[in-house]
Amino acid sequence: MKEHPAEKRSSQPVNAFGDRPGNPSEHHIPRPIFSRIMTFIALLCLWVILSGRFDPFHLSLGVISCALVSILSGDLLFPESRTGGLFRHTMQVINYAPWLLYQVILANLHVLYLVFHPRMMDLIDPRIIRFDSKLKKEISLVTFANSITLTPGTITMYVSVEGAFQVHAIDKASGEPLPGEMERRIARAFEDE
Amino acid sequence: MDVIVILLLICGLVFFTGGAVGILRFPDFYTRLHPAGKMDTLGSFLMVLAVALYNIHDFSWAALLTSLKILLIVLFIFILNPTATHAIVDAGFRAGMRPWTKEDRGK
Repeated sequence: MKEHPAEKRSSQPVNAFGDRPGNPSEHHIPRPIFSRIMTFIALLCLWVILSGRFDPFHLSLGVISCALVSILSGDLLFPESRTGGLFRHTMQVINYAPWLLYQVILANLHVLYLVFHPRMMDLIDPRIIRFDSKLKKEISLVTFANSITLTPGTITMYVSVEGAFQVHAIDKASGEPLPGEMERRIARAFEDE
Repeated sequence: MDVIVILLLICGLVFFTGGAVGILRFPDFYTRLHPAGKMDTLGSFLMVLAVALYNIHDFSWAALLTSLKILLIVLFIFILNPTATHAIVDAGFRAGMRPWTKEDRGK
């Protein structure tokens, strides 16, 4: 009763990229190829900016090395993004950046006020806050942790993969708005709804 | 243009000074990282922005490329600085440093 290996494979067909074929109209471009192309474009932009030479020799060197890197490790930069959702995500990340910058400026003014206040010791009241985040993807957890460090009076001390946060807050008021609005904005920018 | 550049440079210097003073004045390891992690980020952002603006004062494509390179520095600082701060905090936490609290005053 030995099943032929070829038959076994054909009973549950999986293409070269590990995708189930399913409905072919849903996959115009297979995901790994798409993320490789995106990686290649991003790397090439970086190459052109950093090299600053436009003669054929340097450009072809750039194309060769970018192609090599994107073939070898093309799935690192855009690991999970879907073909259709990538553009939308990019727009929302760009949308998130100005708000973050505004929060960073607020944070700095707050810390600046604390630093130069003569009775600084009375104002600060450091504490550690623990909360669980609803974010699931790694990239959004990392962004959330970095954003917490940059914004008013809080530094991320510990993040677990499941989204348990430990945050060091410099006074009582600055720890209260967490997770709150920032988490919602990051969820909108990075998570699939 | 020069006015904007000078204004940005002064703001950046104020933030850097605040960061340095904060590192000296705050009571313990964790609170000192607050000014170090935040102020350096915004201070360097403002100053590097000023440098990039000053660089495209006489516009040319080469100058624009240089400014783009300078702006890339900002991007990487924004990713790197919180990460480095987090690494330092984590190291302190693992080494068993107890955070300063209000009850420790006067000790």
